[in-house]
Amino acid sequence: MVGFDVELDCRGMFCPMPIVQLKKTTKGMKPGQIIKLTATDPGSIRDVPAWASKTGNKVIDTTEDSGVFTFLIEVG
Amino acid sequence: MSERKKMAIIVHSGTLDKLYPVFMLSSTGGAMDAEVHLFFTFWGLNAVKKGGLESAKLPGITSLGTSMMKGKIKKVGTPTLTELLAMCRSTGNVKLYACSTTMAIMDVKKEDLIPEVDDIVGAATFLDIAMDADVQLFI
Repeated sequence: MVGFDVELDCRGMFCPMPIVQLKKTTKGMKPGQIIKLTATDPGSIRDVPAWASKTGNKVIDTTEDSGVFTFLIEVG
Repeated sequence: MSERKKMAIIVHSGTLDKLYPVFMLSSTGGAMDAEVHLFFTFWGLNAVKKGGLESAKLPGITSLGTSMMKGKIKKVGTPTLTELLAMCRSTGNVKLYACSTTMAIMDVKKEDLIPEVDDIVGAATFLDIAMDADVQLFI
């Protein structure tokens, strides 16, 4: 697994919170930096790539472990 | 990055069940770098009156269950409408407009509106925005 620069824990949050938090956090990051997001909202599995596709960011890895989704996103 | 998308929403309803989708979609749209334009008309205008978001209820007879619904919303950690509006504004991408005719009909003055309202406009302004928007909704 690739390393990351910033970690964002959105476990227990529901739509739209993970996306709103993701935007807020990545705003302060530099292009090329990696954010690790953990979320339990089942909607996030599609929401996170959808958000990334519209904001110029890139989901580089997605894993799921007993209901916890982990995303590695490269900030664009 | 893909080109900037635009959303235009007519907010016609002032009830809690309709205002939630408005502010959920707007905060998310703003977070997705879309330009979001909200046009508050008719009952929707109540939402942008001072204290309007806080006092929004479920429609009709279901209004009796408003506090129970608010309790359930809070339990899953979903923000209040006021908090969602603050999130919308923090993205810098969400604009609020009040319908001038509704204000006249309902005798609402500019000072009765929350400061987040960017402008008081008419149908032509909304249509000018909506005609080339990627998402157009009437809620």
